[in-house]
Amino acid sequence: MELHSNAPTGPIETAWDRHRFEMKLVNPANKRKFTVIVVGTGLAGASAAATMGELGYNVKAFCFQDSARRAHSIAAQGGINAAKNYQGDGDSIYRLFYDTVKGGDFRSRERNVYRLAQVSVSIIDQAVAQGVPFAREYGGLLANRSFGGAQVSRTFYARGQTGQQLLLGAYQALARQVGLGQVELHERTEMLELILVDGRARGVITRNLKTGQIDTHTADAVVLATGGYGNVYFLSTNAKGSNGSAAWRAHRKGALFANPCYTQIHPTCLPVHGEGQSKLTLMSESLRNDGRVWVPKNAADVTKRPQDIPEADRDYYLERKYPAFGNLVPRDIAARNAKDVCDEGRGVGYPPEREAVYLDFADAINRLGQHTIEERYGNLFEMYERITDEDPYKTPMKIYPAVHYTMGGLWVDYNLQSNIPGLFVAGEANFSDHGANRLGASALMQGLADGYFVLPYTIGNYLARAGRDLAKTPVAEDHADARSAKAEAEGRLKAFLDNPGSHGPDHFHRRLGKLMWEYVGMARDKAGLQKAIEEIPKLREEFHAKVRVPGSGASFNQTLEKANRVADFMELGELMARDALAREESAGGHFRVEYQTEEGEARRNDDDFAHVAAWEWTGKGNTPTRHVEDLDFEYVKLSQRSYK
Amino acid sequence: MSQTIKLTLNIWRQAGPNASGQFQKFHRDAVSKDASFLEALDEINEELIQKGEEPIAFDHDCREGICGMCGMVINGMPHGPRTLTTTCQLHMREFKDGAEVWVEPWRATAFPVIKDLAVDRSAFDQIIQAGGYISINTGSPGDANEIPIPKAVADLSMDAATCIGCGACVAACPNASAMLFTSAKATHLGVLPQGQAERLSRARAMVETMETAGFGGCTNHGECEAACPKGISVDYIARLNRDYLKAVVVSQTT
Ligand code: FES
Repeated sequence: MELHSNAPTGPIETAWDRHRFEMKLVNPANKRKFTVIVVGTGLAGASAAATMGELGYNVKAFCFQDSARRAHSIAAQGGINAAKNYQGDGDSIYRLFYDTVKGGDFRSRERNVYRLAQVSVSIIDQAVAQGVPFAREYGGLLANRSFGGAQVSRTFYARGQTGQQLLLGAYQALARQVGLGQVELHERTEMLELILVDGRARGVITRNLKTGQIDTHTADAVVLATGGYGNVYFLSTNAKGSNGSAAWRAHRKGALFANPCYTQIHPTCLPVHGEGQSKLTLMSESLRNDGRVWVPKNAADVTKRPQDIPEADRDYYLERKYPAFGNLVPRDIAARNAKDVCDEGRGVGYPPEREAVYLDFADAINRLGQHTIEERYGNLFEMYERITDEDPYKTPMKIYPAVHYTMGGLWVDYNLQSNIPGLFVAGEANFSDHGANRLGASALMQGLADGYFVLPYTIGNYLARAGRDLAKTPVAEDHADARSAKAEAEGRLKAFLDNPGSHGPDHFHRRLGKLMWEYVGMARDKAGLQKAIEEIPKLREEFHAKVRVPGSGASFNQTLEKANRVADFMELGELMARDALAREESAGGHFRVEYQTEEGEARRNDDDFAHVAAWEWTGKGNTPTRHVEDLDFEYVKLSQRSYK
Repeated sequence: MSQTIKLTLNIWRQAGPNASGQFQKFHRDAVSKDASFLEALDEINEELIQKGEEPIAFDHDCREGICGMCGMVINGMPHGPRTLTTTCQLHMREFKDGAEVWVEPWRATAFPVIKDLAVDRSAFDQIIQAGGYISINTGSPGDANEIPIPKAVADLSMDAATCIGCGACVAACPNASAMLFTSAKATHLGVLPQGQAERLSRARAMVETMETAGFGGCTNHGECEAACPKGISVDYIARLNRDYLKAVVVSQTT
């Protein structure tokens, strides 16, 4: 299969403008004749649904939560990047573009990233106009800070709740369209299957989680904005309900899954407290602006109280190893270094693993005063204290890396369309702009860029061009392909309910998570990945044989929801391991122990792997096929990242 | 190893919206003090599933106090005994060894029970859909720094905008009023220059929708502020009342 990015050629600076000019437009009077389904109401989904509604399309939006406002984008703390250069510190669209490609370890498509940097500017304008209360300076202008690896201050923020405020902005825009009758919103409704007719995406099968009712919704285009798949690991910073099922269902219907091995491990999360732990909590990495990371120099000191360890016996290892960037090195580097010092026996977390390092604010408090620190991070400190029962104003925080974000996702072209015509994928659910590693404060930017400023154009173009074909083959609810998709979904649920079983889905999910963290986690090697590829199918079989789902399908049944999601994670986890095994290099969030520099940094192999790996489902029990989209670098010079 | 406590949990079980409910008793011998309240329920649920019984239904998602999806009344208090804390962020160390704990869903006409501890809060969304926004389409609204906003105003707006829409205020109110929730949104948008044009119409639309959705009126008990995990202030209610009255007067004189 040949993969075409469909990105415009010619000068990159004007590529998106030219591309938009070449698009066909839908006649305003015809827009309401087209139905667009949007699955997921996070930043990407809510902004797409609202904007498509404003344009006059007939929109149906779905979310599994009880309200569109609860999508997991809400938990993003730190901020959103935009190349506004309000601070006059040398930022520009080109610099944000360059930093993003470089930060992604040269594994993203230049033209997508350039467009992202371009529209970043409009996102801030749009959000402010909606009433998003970004932080401001005393003069009344917007405040910025530098964030995770950036040497310019381009991050806009709303205290430690930037995701919440941006999502509320998008949610309110969506609510307005619901009120106006332009968008039909289905909460507590989960997508179970994609409907394909003549190779095009024409609708979805859904389950009403409140009543258990299974419905068919047909459409002219389908958008998946369903987030990432970090919950494969069971323990991650994702919300409990976050899942990969919509994307996986599309994958099984033919959509390619790109770069599944690229997982971002966030360096600043709270360490694991014990077996019953149900999720991990992120502490925004904006904390690294003022906090200093250290562990004791001597393993013998790990049981001492931090205040009893004198300055001379502390190892501020990031500042020592990376003097230019210090505590602000990119996420993957910060995370891996934390693992290294803990592997050396110098971790300070809960015994027996002791997996944690200190993040110390004593210097910053002395320098800036407690008040300033409180203003910057008050809610984060409070959250920390609540969970750990320790006061970070007095004693250093303990942090450890955790799975946070997945750069991989469904393969899309420049138009954010998958290889299935009419199926568009936005936000974390697609693989596009972050390459092998996402920069801090860029997830919010990408979600909103896709939803507000890209999809409304590219979907319009698709509908304008395909409109005649779509009109010729109207798809009703009782269309044979819709009925078979529905039967498939019903069969799957029934199998769970009929299974005698012995354990709940969490039991198996936890075990999958352990396998993934052990063998497909922060550092991977060939033997471990092969082991994962052997073990996961066995666990999957055991899961299907032994999972128990009490209750009925015709009611609110959270165990059924979970079992259905875990089943997909069991397949997706295996694909991640296969992708990690096939990628014989280290790049960004994919670190292969065999491929590192003498200094222990990721070593890419640009000759053989400067490409996107896009996997094709070939049927149950068959080995998937790996396709390749080569990446060209015309503007950014490939270089070994060095943060020394 | 973390320390454990013994607890007796009495948890509300209700099969569906129209079923009658009752408390079910669970004796727990070793609840980890470091576990969150929801993790303690997870443990009970896994045991119920293994026995083939239906687990306790409850809403939750982020488990870090921001999505607003969790919420139950614990020992008579929405989100439990610790102030400024959502249920998912409540830890078992807040309970004494040997304590008896009562767990119920939000109780309000506008929030019908779906099952056990899960309730339907879509009435909140209706309030926002009626006017809890600034009417602006996606496009080119002008540069973000065109209108400077005094820091104090932006901060006030942000204070109000931190509401997570969990519904604890309604559960705490003797009248099951949604005024704290509604006034937080009205204040978030209403103090900003961008939100001025629709300030009065927004106030009116939201208050009227609140009433038709089955919420009670506010009679200044102040229980809502005490229960709010985000510390939303009752001062916003006075602000909304003023705007609402103005809106009614304006509409009568024009
Ligand atoms: S689960 Fe999100 S606030 Fe409690």
